[in-house]
Amino acid sequence: MWKRDEAVRPTSGQPAATPPQQPPAPVHAGATGHRPDANHQMEKDIVNIGKSVVIKGELNGSEDLTIEGHVEGTIQLKDHILTIGPNGRIKAQVFAKAVIVLGEVTGNVTASDKVDIRDNGSVDGDIISPRVAIAEGAHFRGSVDMQRKGAPAQPAKPAQTAASVSSSQQPQGQSQSQPSQPSQTQPQHAAQRVGA
Amino acid sequence: MGLLDRLAPRRIDADAPAGPSVATDDPVFATKALRKFLTCLTSRETPSLLDLGPVVGSNVSFFGEQLGCKIFVEDIFADLDRHARQGRLGELPPFLKKRFPQESATVDGILCWDLIDYLDKAAAQELALELTRLLRPEGALLAFFGGNPPRESHYTKYIVKDEVNLKYRPYSAARGRQTVLLNRDIIRLFPGLRVSDSFLLQNNLREILFRKPA
Repeated sequence: MWKRDEAVRPTSGQPAATPPQQPPAPVHAGATGHRPDANHQMEKDIVNIGKSVVIKGELNGSEDLTIEGHVEGTIQLKDHILTIGPNGRIKAQVFAKAVIVLGEVTGNVTASDKVDIRDNGSVDGDIISPRVAIAEGAHFRGSVDMQRKGAPAQPAKPAQTAASVSSSQQPQGQSQSQPSQPSQTQPQHAAQRVGA
Repeated sequence: MGLLDRLAPRRIDADAPAGPSVATDDPVFATKALRKFLTCLTSRETPSLLDLGPVVGSNVSFFGEQLGCKIFVEDIFADLDRHARQGRLGELPPFLKKRFPQESATVDGILCWDLIDYLDKAAAQELALELTRLLRPEGALLAFFGGNPPRESHYTKYIVKDEVNLKYRPYSAARGRQTVLLNRDIIRLFPGLRVSDSFLLQNNLREILFRKPA
């Protein structure tokens, strides 16, 4: 706090506070001028199915999708991330690159990368994915198959298993996944997850 | 944060109620039978594992990623709790008889944890018959049995720390342990299985590993 006062003081005769002499208006004008483009870009990147939307049938897409509404049928986002929001209610077979569940899913979930069931998320169905993270407080009933397709099953010896687990273990209370979804959809206590 | 706050964080943490999702201070206990159970599992190429406890993310990672198991999570504790809260415990034995969708002799390993301790005799008998039906020949069933008189009303999540250590995480329950089963009663519960290994731990928990004869 002492250094702050010194920094404000002009040094060696040069004006230290030239920015305040400039009118701030052009800066604001520039910022507002860029804002519609930014909004437009965000709208392009994040697709959201709202709370009141009900979809019955087949849902295909080639971009990341967040569902807050109800979907029944089939969801296919082969190379993209599907997020079931806290209000999302899904009764469907789900195929995606990654699936993040904060709401309820009834049906089988197949992900080529990862399935992440967050706190208060619920899945009733079978999961096929090479990586599965299930948070403390999440509900799951069904089976988990983490075998990579095409890769032969290699049963590990217990001694090797223990070593690899202890080396890869993180302290309890730390999230091990780095979801790429917007952080505002994550619950505040997601850091207490116990996951893969 | 002020200096006084920094000096006394432990006291503040100790006063705070520990929620069910607090995962830092779970006590760790040694396990003798888990290693043998894992040995049974890993002798199979793609073992299938039935977990009768609540889903635990790190256990799924351990058994799924490290051992390559296909895991079936069937939380019987939740079913028991629901029946207890609704006052329908008498309906539990027939419920358990139809509870498992798996085919007979399709499961290589069963993690029963300490579930039997919480069941009445009829429900325990029905569950034991069902588990015996599900288990493949040479399959293994790991069960824990308390040795202390039942007092507390809580279930325990058993979290695999490694092959010789388990973390115990208690959580709320509608009913506590019902009785302390004698070893001979436990053996009679599973007439189709044989006791492979039995350990009495320092915390008075009995770990029993059952195998289904070929």
